[in-house]
Amino acid sequence: MSQVNRLPAPQGSLVDRAQTVSFEFEGQCVEGFAGDTIASALAASDLWLLSRSFKYHRPRGVLTMAGQDANTLVQLSGEPNCLADRTPISEGLQVTGQNYSGSLRRDRGSLIGRFARFLPVGFYYHAFFRPRGAWNWWSAWFRKKAGLGVVDQSFVGEGFDKQYRFCDVVVIGGGPVGMSAAITAATSGAEVLLLEEHTVLGGSLNYARAGIDANAEKLRRKRLVSEVEAAPSITVMTSATATGWYADNWVSVLCGKRLHKLRARKVVLCSGYLEQLALFHNNDLPGVMMGSAAQRLIKLYGVQPGKRAVVLAGNDEAYGVVLDLLDAGVAVAAVVDCRAEVSSDERVTAASHRGVAVMSGHAVYAAHGDHQHLASVEVRRIVGQGECASHGERINCDLLCVSVGVMPAYQLACQAGAELNYEEQSASFSITRLPPNFELGEAWDVENFPWPIFAHPQGKEFVDFDEDLQIADIVNATLAGYKHVQLVKRYSTCGMGPSQGRHSALPTARLVAQATGTTIAETGVTTARPPFAPETLGHCAGRSFYPALRTNIHHRHIEAGAQMLQAGAWYRPAYYGDDPERAIREEVLQVRQSVGLIDVSTLGGIEVRGPDAAEFLNRVYTFAYMKQAPGTVRYALMTNEAGVVIDDGVVCRLGPQHFYVTATTGGVEAVFRKMLQWNAQWRLDVVLMNVTSAYAGVNIVGPASRAVLEPLCTGFDVDKTAFPYLGVRRGIVAGIPAMLLRVGFVGELGYEIHVPQHCGEALWDALMDAGESAGIRPVGIEAQRLLRLEKGHVIVGQDTDAMSNPMELQMQWAIARKKDFFVGGRSLEVLERRPLRRMLVGFCANPAGSVPKESHLIIDGDNMIGRVTSCAWSPSLEKIIGLAYVDPASAAPGSVISIDVDGRRTVSAEVVSMPFYDADGLRQAL
Amino acid sequence: MPLALLKYGLRNDYPATSHFSESADLKDHYDVVIIGAGGHGAAIAYYLARYHGISNIALLDKGYLGGGNTARNTAVIRSNYLTEEGVRFYRESVQLFRGLSNELGYNIMMEDRGQLTLAHSDAAIRSFRWRAEVNRRLGVRSELIDRQSIRELVPNLRVTDDSRFPILAGLWHADGATARHDAVVWGYARGACQRGVELHQLTEVQSVEVTDGAVKSVLTNRGRVGCGCVVQAVAGMSSVVARLAGIRLPIHTFPLQAMVTQPYKPVLTPLVSSPHLHVYVQQTSRGEFVLGGGSDPYALYNTRSTLEQKESLASAILELFPFLSQAKVLRQWAGITDMTPDYSPIMGLSSVKNYYLDAGWGTWGFKATPICGKTMASLVATGRVPELIRPFELERFYRFEQVNEAGATAASH
Repeated sequence: MSQVNRLPAPQGSLVDRAQTVSFEFEGQCVEGFAGDTIASALAASDLWLLSRSFKYHRPRGVLTMAGQDANTLVQLSGEPNCLADRTPISEGLQVTGQNYSGSLRRDRGSLIGRFARFLPVGFYYHAFFRPRGAWNWWSAWFRKKAGLGVVDQSFVGEGFDKQYRFCDVVVIGGGPVGMSAAITAATSGAEVLLLEEHTVLGGSLNYARAGIDANAEKLRRKRLVSEVEAAPSITVMTSATATGWYADNWVSVLCGKRLHKLRARKVVLCSGYLEQLALFHNNDLPGVMMGSAAQRLIKLYGVQPGKRAVVLAGNDEAYGVVLDLLDAGVAVAAVVDCRAEVSSDERVTAASHRGVAVMSGHAVYAAHGDHQHLASVEVRRIVGQGECASHGERINCDLLCVSVGVMPAYQLACQAGAELNYEEQSASFSITRLPPNFELGEAWDVENFPWPIFAHPQGKEFVDFDEDLQIADIVNATLAGYKHVQLVKRYSTCGMGPSQGRHSALPTARLVAQATGTTIAETGVTTARPPFAPETLGHCAGRSFYPALRTNIHHRHIEAGAQMLQAGAWYRPAYYGDDPERAIREEVLQVRQSVGLIDVSTLGGIEVRGPDAAEFLNRVYTFAYMKQAPGTVRYALMTNEAGVVIDDGVVCRLGPQHFYVTATTGGVEAVFRKMLQWNAQWRLDVVLMNVTSAYAGVNIVGPASRAVLEPLCTGFDVDKTAFPYLGVRRGIVAGIPAMLLRVGFVGELGYEIHVPQHCGEALWDALMDAGESAGIRPVGIEAQRLLRLEKGHVIVGQDTDAMSNPMELQMQWAIARKKDFFVGGRSLEVLERRPLRRMLVGFCANPAGSVPKESHLIIDGDNMIGRVTSCAWSPSLEKIIGLAYVDPASAAPGSVISIDVDGRRTVSAEVVSMPFYDADGLRQAL
Repeated sequence: MPLALLKYGLRNDYPATSHFSESADLKDHYDVVIIGAGGHGAAIAYYLARYHGISNIALLDKGYLGGGNTARNTAVIRSNYLTEEGVRFYRESVQLFRGLSNELGYNIMMEDRGQLTLAHSDAAIRSFRWRAEVNRRLGVRSELIDRQSIRELVPNLRVTDDSRFPILAGLWHADGATARHDAVVWGYARGACQRGVELHQLTEVQSVEVTDGAVKSVLTNRGRVGCGCVVQAVAGMSSVVARLAGIRLPIHTFPLQAMVTQPYKPVLTPLVSSPHLHVYVQQTSRGEFVLGGGSDPYALYNTRSTLEQKESLASAILELFPFLSQAKVLRQWAGITDMTPDYSPIMGLSSVKNYYLDAGWGTWGFKATPICGKTMASLVATGRVPELIRPFELERFYRFEQVNEAGATAASH
């Protein structure tokens, strides 16, 4: 059986007969040659059955041999739904069919085909739901039948990547038209990229036959290829598919495992035609294929596509197929030409001269199979559009080549905004209304037979092979009221399968037009969307690219046993050690009693400079900055236009026209974007710079912090009078140029030291060394969160939500009243006049009870009157403290609120005044 | 075999009655003109005709039936919202969906798959707990679950520490479901047309004529139509159509893209969503993986696809399901979404008398289809705003009484 259909050289331009390759198909060892695809190698060994269809599990075989149809989808290990007529064979490759139960040859699933008459188009919309609840059972059953190939859930995709490319002209399609277009463009001085989806240049010159001379195409191809190769400004990519067109000639090109993202000044589309189906009973039997598929088998792969052929013709190309079949030793039993009169093309004459019987004005009315392969066709005279005589003759054959018409490969053009127009005269769609910088190559005309559609009483004249849709399904969809071609598609699923309507769009347009009494031009086709050819998600993703930000001190945290958590793109130490409760408690007490170090490098930093810097800040924050003295720090609260709190930080005035502003770790990107956006409108004379990652920062905090820091400082004084609370100084710390801020987030004496980011680790080390005798230790984010909670400070994003305004947060003090304008000011004025809907309050609960969690609800009977935003057991105060939104009626200190803990128990808590710790703020101002 | 199919199979002619009205010409006057024959418009027409005895209705669409966001959404049904108003509203919608096939006599193929939303940060856990607590008190099945439970629900999900954004917890919403989106609009439209409603496709409203503060007629590409009242239900085109009536809506319009792979044998039952990675996925009843994410970053009235969004959806989904790198993208598409500042819809009365708004559906319109139809029909028929939709009136933006669903919407459709 081995390669019984293989033809001798020179047929088979792509295969290398010197290299035998064996692989497995359905457990059977098959031999082919290097250069073979799975489908061509199987055909060479007379194996024609490739797959089972989606719905009726019909046997399917080679249709286009060009990777354009779903018939050839097979399963590889780690790659389901793989095109067998595109995928090269390799030694040991394991291939199986898809979507069958039992075996590919004996598929129990094919029984469903016998019930086809009970399964009209859209049948599932009209059954399976009575009685109520029945669908639950049926849907589970349907789900088992769904899908084609099997995804390997242990598969790990590797090696995918991306490349940017640029060119003056991209020519899509390396056939004769494309090659000529590339040469023309290169001659005019353009840098040209020529894309060919198959392995070699040449397109139809590799397989088609435009005349009687069997060598003409070869010679033409040779001439064009050598011209292309000689042109230095043409870059050729083969096996490269342009899968999508996006705005401004941004083209995705798949080649191997790489996604090329191409920006082209001009696109020239030379992707030619896709040969189209004829519709007759059993037009999907293996052995029925496009004329061009037979030619490809013969010429590209040296495979004889059958022994005895019938050619169904609607144009003269069919006679090129006839000549090629004869040359390949295939007996041509008849040419069944749908046209009433045969043309005088030289190929037609040559075919007659070689003794081929031509039956003009006839059609193939039905195909009949034997052992899941074509065995004969029934030929009848055409008596009207789509109508055949009541009798005809049966011709035995194992190959039926269909050449009745083409559809331009319009997909990329239509993605780019072009339109399709149907011309009744030529019975074909053409591409019109091209967008700028998008051209079509000059393709030659191929005649379309206007109505190669022959309904059969028993149906099975497939319009869409992917979805097993027959003529009646399309017509019935329109009868049911789904008349618009988009509704036909949606109701029938026509064109939804893997081949995306490549072969069903044309017959569907014709059938819908006829059924609804409109023209084919009015009916049109459904929208072309990317991708034109399947792209794996691996291609689209490329290498995983989610950047991670680590501070300059990251490794010291790891060494100190930190558990890291993610804050935006940053990694931050949550706490140090294995036991979170203990670690956090100790870290809190460390800060309260002695001294701790907190890495604050991730804190957002924005520099604002220029004559209007103070005015700018006055507009973006609620506080006032015009009169802020250089060397001081002020709180900064940001609201959006609706008066909702969106960020906070501090503003440091370093000079008359120079500010350094901090923002939250998670908020800084958005804050900076907002600032740029606002100033694009205001046009203030300021320069904004996001310097977040330019600085590392360390907060040395605790009553002993001054003593530890003092010996390291040069150029400035750290004592209380020279550098008071809410001051900012610049100087040298441990030999590093630094900016120091005295702020009070955690409520203890402390210095936030900002240094160039590469000096972070050196600063950290110097402070750790200097603090050794004081027992200094690193402190994580969790402890910092607890410390600030004890001080009653909110964390924007945790204690605020998408509705929080400063009044609810009891932060009216942060709103400057004398400013003309700031973002959100007008809304805040309105809001202040309205009664508050809720307030953020502090509460204390019995330390013996269970600790409520953040987001547990405050309830009053059945009503939800608020929620907990922060809550923890406070080591400093030795009780449970928290922040919660409550309704204003329950907001007064002393009110008792009920917290619903996990729906299991209710914890009562008392509203208290804040802060919980050091109410007079003496400790931070030491 | 179901009886309905037996009947089909045993007769030789396909029952050639159209599901929809085939009326050729527009009448001079209708009691109600509904602009937009999507799911919402069809549902409003259906409930008016069936439950309020109003059937002199024109259901107009500039394109084809259900061709806008009804056709383009990813068919997620859920009620795990954040605000009380939102949860109550969507809870009713899920209830109506459950009985909808039998109500309409049209199988909308609803499948109760459950929805899992993933938390990759403490902040997300807090937000999920909030939603779970609110949902639980309102009788919606939502719970915060740990990694082990996630592994049991979705064994092929990558729940490991070494991933870039480890999954820390999840919000499991057992009421989450999916349905055939097209079937919903078709079923409603068929039910409406059976009761006398006229469906007019390819009929574009070009202007709205308002006299003395009340709407009197609309001008279409097929002529003028007088009307007792107008309901606009045009999703992505909401602000444009409202402007025809002189109404300004606080809406920004963004494209929202999605894509679908070829069909594969089913391996994923629940709907899985990661707001952090801006991606969600479900495997359809056909075996395709449908992927969606967040809206595009800039406003646009255009349904083009972008390569960037495809790349970002693919990268994100492979963080969760690395094996899907072998799955092949079949198709990519977009809808345009009418986003409100608080991620809740705008429903109810407008400043123009007899002109009703059904707008601001952003990325959450499909899941509200039945309840929107029911409540809007009640409003149109009685002139009284049903309590369920009172919080969503346009006026709320002027009173600073937003219904903020920001925490429950972004990329968790």
